[in-house]
Amino acid sequence: MAQPLVKKDDDRDDEAEYSPFMGIEKGAVLQEARVFNDPQLDPRRCSQVITKLLYLLNQGETFTKVEATEVFFAVTKLFQSKDVGLRRMLYLMIKELSPSADEVIIVTSSLMKDMNSKTDMYRANAIRVLCRITDGVLLTQIERYLKQAIVDKNPVVASAALVSGIHLLQTNPEVVKRWSNEVQEAVQSRAALVQFHALALLHQIRQNDRLAVSKLVTSLTRGTVRSPLAQCLLIRYTSQSASNSQGGDRPFYDFLEGCLRHKAEMVIFEAARAITELSGVTSRELTPAITVLQLFLSSSKPVLRFAAVRTLNKVAMTHPMAVTNCNIDMESLISDQNRSIATLAITTLLKTGNESSVDRLMKQITNFMSDIADEFKIVVVEAIRSLCLKFPLKYRSLMNFLSNILREEGGFEYKKAIVDSIVILIRDIPDAKENGLLHLCEFIEDCEFTYLSTQILHFLGIEGPKTSDPSKYIRYIYNRVHLENATVRAAAVSTLAKFGAMVDALKPRIFVLLRRCLFDSDDEVRDRATLYLNTLGGDGEVVETDKGVKEFLFGALDIPLVNLETSLRNYEASEDAFDINSVPKEVKSQPLAEKKAPGKKQPTGLGAPPAAPPTTVDAYERLLSSIPELASLGKPFKSSAPTELTEAETEYAVNVVKHIYDRHVVFQYNCTNTIPEQQLEEVSVVVDSSDAEEFGFVLSKPLRSLPYDSPGQTFVVFEKPEGVPAVGKFSNTLKFIVKEVDPNTGEADEDGVDDEYQLEELEVVSADYMQKVGISNFRNAWESLDADLERVDEYGLGPRESLAEAVNAVISLLGMQPCEGTEAVPSNSRSHTCLLSGVFIGNTRVLARLQFGLTGPKEVAMKLAVRSDDIAVSDAIHEIVASG
Amino acid sequence: MQACPQVKNILVLDSEGKRVAVKYYSDEDWPTNGAKEAFEKTVFTKTHKTNARTEAEVTMIDSYVIVYKFVEDLHFFVTGGEDQNELILASVLQGFFDAVGILLRGNVEKSEVLENLDLILLCLDETIDGGVPLQTDAAVLANKVASHNIDSGAPLSEQTLAQALVTAREHLTRSLLK
Repeated sequence: MAQPLVKKDDDRDDEAEYSPFMGIEKGAVLQEARVFNDPQLDPRRCSQVITKLLYLLNQGETFTKVEATEVFFAVTKLFQSKDVGLRRMLYLMIKELSPSADEVIIVTSSLMKDMNSKTDMYRANAIRVLCRITDGVLLTQIERYLKQAIVDKNPVVASAALVSGIHLLQTNPEVVKRWSNEVQEAVQSRAALVQFHALALLHQIRQNDRLAVSKLVTSLTRGTVRSPLAQCLLIRYTSQSASNSQGGDRPFYDFLEGCLRHKAEMVIFEAARAITELSGVTSRELTPAITVLQLFLSSSKPVLRFAAVRTLNKVAMTHPMAVTNCNIDMESLISDQNRSIATLAITTLLKTGNESSVDRLMKQITNFMSDIADEFKIVVVEAIRSLCLKFPLKYRSLMNFLSNILREEGGFEYKKAIVDSIVILIRDIPDAKENGLLHLCEFIEDCEFTYLSTQILHFLGIEGPKTSDPSKYIRYIYNRVHLENATVRAAAVSTLAKFGAMVDALKPRIFVLLRRCLFDSDDEVRDRATLYLNTLGGDGEVVETDKGVKEFLFGALDIPLVNLETSLRNYEASEDAFDINSVPKEVKSQPLAEKKAPGKKQPTGLGAPPAAPPTTVDAYERLLSSIPELASLGKPFKSSAPTELTEAETEYAVNVVKHIYDRHVVFQYNCTNTIPEQQLEEVSVVVDSSDAEEFGFVLSKPLRSLPYDSPGQTFVVFEKPEGVPAVGKFSNTLKFIVKEVDPNTGEADEDGVDDEYQLEELEVVSADYMQKVGISNFRNAWESLDADLERVDEYGLGPRESLAEAVNAVISLLGMQPCEGTEAVPSNSRSHTCLLSGVFIGNTRVLARLQFGLTGPKEVAMKLAVRSDDIAVSDAIHEIVASG
Repeated sequence: MQACPQVKNILVLDSEGKRVAVKYYSDEDWPTNGAKEAFEKTVFTKTHKTNARTEAEVTMIDSYVIVYKFVEDLHFFVTGGEDQNELILASVLQGFFDAVGILLRGNVEKSEVLENLDLILLCLDETIDGGVPLQTDAAVLANKVASHNIDSGAPLSEQTLAQALVTAREHLTRSLLK
């Protein structure tokens, strides 16, 4: 390490001498490029200039369009020279300049000549250049030569043509697909790399034809494959077709296992990795793969160790037992020079470790932690957290470890990871609570991150009062009021107040402390202190704080913050105070759908439902209340996402939004006229509700006129029994009067013709009666609901594509909000628990806990437990599932 | 997983992390020069303290696997996607690294590489084509790159006398320079 440093000092003075590109400048080099035009070319000089140009491009310099064109034209002159070296620099330059289609023509003939040259090097390079810059038209002209090149005797030429084919397949698949006979022949080539390139191309040509791929793979697995790279490809294709084939037996497993004995390490590894990634792999199948990976762990090559430990780390997530044999080798890797390897080894050990080895492991990790970077430490902290959740009895040593590293130096992300872990442990392991809270208290004594201090203070306020001796936390919290910045002080005041509200014995002392805060220099701190003193009754005698006050001060605001923000923005100061109940509780439609929207509109601005006018709940409400007939219905309980009732790119685009009220259903049809020569008038939708017996027609509100490309709405209102989640199908017909529009004046004819347009059916389903309302802490909410109102039942969901598919189907059937990220199902898992929350019509909170399991091959069973405020609603949810 | 092994870039940086020669094969990952430079900086700062002089080393940054090897004041890197077989990347790195060694007659350092940048760029070009490994055998690679020193291109009969003289002089000067 020292050597280059010294050297650098020595060289600094003559640096100008040794770098041929010192002080290089684009303008000057472009001037120099004029030598390309000399009648008597100097190949050496020209090569140097090209190298300079390439150097500039390599350093990130860009040429303007004009400069690039000029250089390109100058460079083409160099085809006159016969100098091989110059010719190859010329090829490089053309590739870097990536000329435009009209420029390409100029070099085409020269390149085509080179393609047929006797010099192999010319042929190979000319093919690569030409294929790089070519377009479809030119390609058909040179196709014949390319086909020849693929089966050329010279491997360099054949490889050049094949690799070019791989690239061209992306842009001109129909041309490349015609080469499959030649490619097939090249697969049999004796040259190792030609075989590799041919195999890659052939597979890409045929990848959509499963049968062909499986045939190809079968024939090759029996034959000989010379290049290790080609063998790796074969392994990938094999495992792909194995995962596509249904059923339990794996005809290709023997081939994969055989590859574990190959002489090239990359093949062995590829095969071992392929085996570990087989879906539903058994431990017997895993064993040979794990054995070779274990050997790699003690290799002298870091890359090999890394590859092995990375793969084992993944295996440990699904099959921890299979990896335990490697634990000894893994432990020695903790001291590996390469910290990436060491970190992977540690996290693997943490995943596979058993209860008895935890203490020993923690000792080793402690030494290790001091010399790795923060990002690795975060990985370790996360692994420790999951280990602790796995072995709750070991919380003491793990918690101690976390608190120790919390005291050491570290950046924000790292500290946050530790604090988050402690918080999770406190939440999930009741025994760890007091211990953990004290660690956190100590941490905020000396914490430089405001964000973390406030988070911890908030958490203390929730958990602290529930402990056996809440008073011991007061000192830590009150210290913050003295020593911290305003944000933390304000948070500390709130926490103190929470203790006061929850623990009557502490009230007098808390009041004393809060009164002192009235003299704080910061407004917010004083305001909070005043508010708490007044509401908690600090000026009178000690009384039990009543529930309403607690709810007011500390109750959760079960409104999505986004919605609250929009409502506050829209609120105009007036006589009426802002009503928090007017804020919609519905979680806004997924941002994914919103992202898609602009793309949809792009093509012409027509076919797509143009800006299905208001997308947010809020905007719907404004729209509905602006129509007198609808305003009288009250406030809608829920508005669905728009459903398309027409195919894309039809004459009239219509989608529908279902607004659910307590006693009514309103269908809002968003219509767009996509024919410029027409204006529609008196547009209405005739709805046939014969398949929806519980609904009765009330009124229809037609749209007066629908000019070209400006969306309008028409409404239909139905009545339904109050509070009942009635379902049904409705068929729709669009009725209107068509009037021709004069394209010149834009005015519509006087006379119109009655016309109809058939729309697709729409359906009101149970999910329409459910609001997606998320909650932050499912467990607490679940416990807070009466267990007597729980309804549990089991269902067979029949054969399903996958567990994830079954989970999604049930979620969309119920229309509830998944909580705590439980909608994501890890691949390969055999069971899954999903937590859902929502508000059912009639404002009844509903929580559901769904446990899915695979019973047979692809058979999914589900256990559904529902709790809600109303037993009838719990039953209704079960009915939805039972009938859905 | 990608069907065909793909290399996302090959970097040769100096001992201060500055570009000597780089080649990117994936514009989606690094669309601008700024993004490329930022990537080079991260890679360099994460690796420059490690000892990758005897054996190639490996690390992961974001979702890329990077194998690297250092010699003198030069740092060689080959980057692939996170699903990539590390050993394939390592063989690409080793092939390129050794080929450069042969081309520069074992004299691999920054000044020498810049002096022979044309050879290095040709060598890069012969190693990878659009992300697909073209050749990983160092000897073959070096041979392909160096072959133009032996002017096998045009048969002498096709050259005019003047050109032949130029070629001859060219040869002479080059062999003297060696």
